[in-house]
Amino acid sequence: MQLESMYQEIILDHYKNPHARGLREPFDGESFQVNPTCGDEVTLRVKVTDDGKIEDVSYEGQGCSISQASTSVLTDLVIGRSVDEAMTTMDAFSELMQGRGQVEPDEDVLEDGIAFAGVAKYPARVKCALLGWMAFKDALARTSNGVEAV
Amino acid sequence: MTTTDSLPVDVTALRADFAILSRTVRDGKPLVYLDSGATSQRPAQVLDAERRFVETSNSAVHRGAHQLSEEATDAYEGARATIASFVGVSPGEVVFTKNATEGINLVAYAMSNAATAGPESERFAVGPGDEVVVTEMEHHANLVPWQQLCQRTGATLKWFPVTEEGRLDLSGLDSMITERTKVVAFAHQSNVLGTVNPAEPLVRRAHEVGALVVLDACQSVPHGVYGQGAVDFGALGVDFAVFSGHKMLGPSGIGVLYGRRELLEAMPPFLTGGSMIEIVRMEGSTFAPPPQRFEAGVPMTSQAVGLAAAVDYLNGVGMDRVAAHEHALAERALAGLSGIPGVRIVGPADTVDRGATVAFVVDGVHPHDVSQVLDSLGIAVRVGHHCAWPLHRACGVPATVRASFYLYNEPAEVDALVAGVREAQRFFGAEPEAQAASVGGGQEQEKGRL
Repeated sequence: MQLESMYQEIILDHYKNPHARGLREPFDGESFQVNPTCGDEVTLRVKVTDDGKIEDVSYEGQGCSISQASTSVLTDLVIGRSVDEAMTTMDAFSELMQGRGQVEPDEDVLEDGIAFAGVAKYPARVKCALLGWMAFKDALARTSNGVEAV
Repeated sequence: MTTTDSLPVDVTALRADFAILSRTVRDGKPLVYLDSGATSQRPAQVLDAERRFVETSNSAVHRGAHQLSEEATDAYEGARATIASFVGVSPGEVVFTKNATEGINLVAYAMSNAATAGPESERFAVGPGDEVVVTEMEHHANLVPWQQLCQRTGATLKWFPVTEEGRLDLSGLDSMITERTKVVAFAHQSNVLGTVNPAEPLVRRAHEVGALVVLDACQSVPHGVYGQGAVDFGALGVDFAVFSGHKMLGPSGIGVLYGRRELLEAMPPFLTGGSMIEIVRMEGSTFAPPPQRFEAGVPMTSQAVGLAAAVDYLNGVGMDRVAAHEHALAERALAGLSGIPGVRIVGPADTVDRGATVAFVVDGVHPHDVSQVLDSLGIAVRVGHHCAWPLHRACGVPATVRASFYLYNEPAEVDALVAGVREAQRFFGAEPEAQAASVGGGQEQEKGRL
């Protein structure tokens, strides 16, 4: 049915048990993002090592199941990766979300992120799925060692 | 369907006029349209009137001496008269704008322009030391233009707070509105809470100190007032008021600004250009009397004709009956929703001084997710902060679900909403009983926090 195609089990799992939640120190860059149409918000921090690895992503805020689960999946996909790899993953996720359901996701790149393919069919919810990612991109741009990659 | 014959409005017959209400959405679900507070649906009579006008008399009004121009001008001015009479004012006091937002901006910008206009518009000028008073429950359209006016002129913005039950806190009326106050702007009915605000004490106090009253009537004019019928600006004694066509069965692209005649006569223009002038020379120009002074450019004619047809339609039903019908729907919705454990109404819990706009939150399910479940059942509601972000902050919620009813809604649609909200709780495992039973009950409370 319609609902199940959007709310995949993976999404509901991340929603009920979000990964890496909470704001942590130390961090190199922080971003606050809001969705002006609904008021959902997220504050997200990144910690990047000297050799360009994402050591930690921490966050808090409030939002719907889609934005919450998407941010949880984000932490799985980028923590421990290089900034370059993370940016490639982010581009793949953005492409999936903006594809109106026409883009075939690559599970090797997006892992749990492929569960959001159904959300891409609902234009009103795409912003929800991208809220955390926008914060991640912005937080990364605010770090001294992540900036050249963005 | 439920006992529609006992309702003040024969909904079944009336729904036949609205083709869109018989369509299906999301895999064959009958549409349950509960978003008329955002925009209402249009009956065939409105579409027919627009089409008839365009097919027979379409031309630019107030220009040319040909027959079509004459007919178009008559239709446009006839529409103005119909609409003016609907809200208890004279045709010369009705200005057509693009929408209600433009109407409020027109007044706010005319007030900035007054600083450099002649002495006759002095009473509109604001500056440092002057105050503009609004309320915390305003739609952004009746807040941001006033914030901007204050920023441009150095005046100070103040606002009435909202009580816990969603009413205006007027306890500080006399200290909030003082000799320094130039404008008092407030919503007649909140677009979120449904609260109908008491105009009388606000108008009385504002006029005591010589302030102008601007009424945002977008959510009241379409629905009337329970026990009173149509909204009457003359009786309310406000100085300016705005409402929009598309929220009252009419077309989009047209709004109405009412201004008391002597005020419009003294107020400087906002938008300038063709149609609004008296004499134009290279060195400078003089302006036409109102309402033309405020209608620069070729106006929206078929929309005016359509809006007048919407007014005729509403008059045909009777605004007292429209208001009574919506009152019954609101009562049913409030009872049904507040009867669900874990659902909280944001706004007055009873139907006293309240319209049929019902905002609510569901514990453990974010409003977006509630509306997604409702949408899958064919139920269209609004979700988010409904252009009233400060109000949501004051109510301590980031967003709400809003169901807004109109004359074409049926009791069965209220029941569908209530059942849909229960379904959302079930889908997200957020029934309070289920939460209490689960070990992670405390964790469930945290849900919705990122």
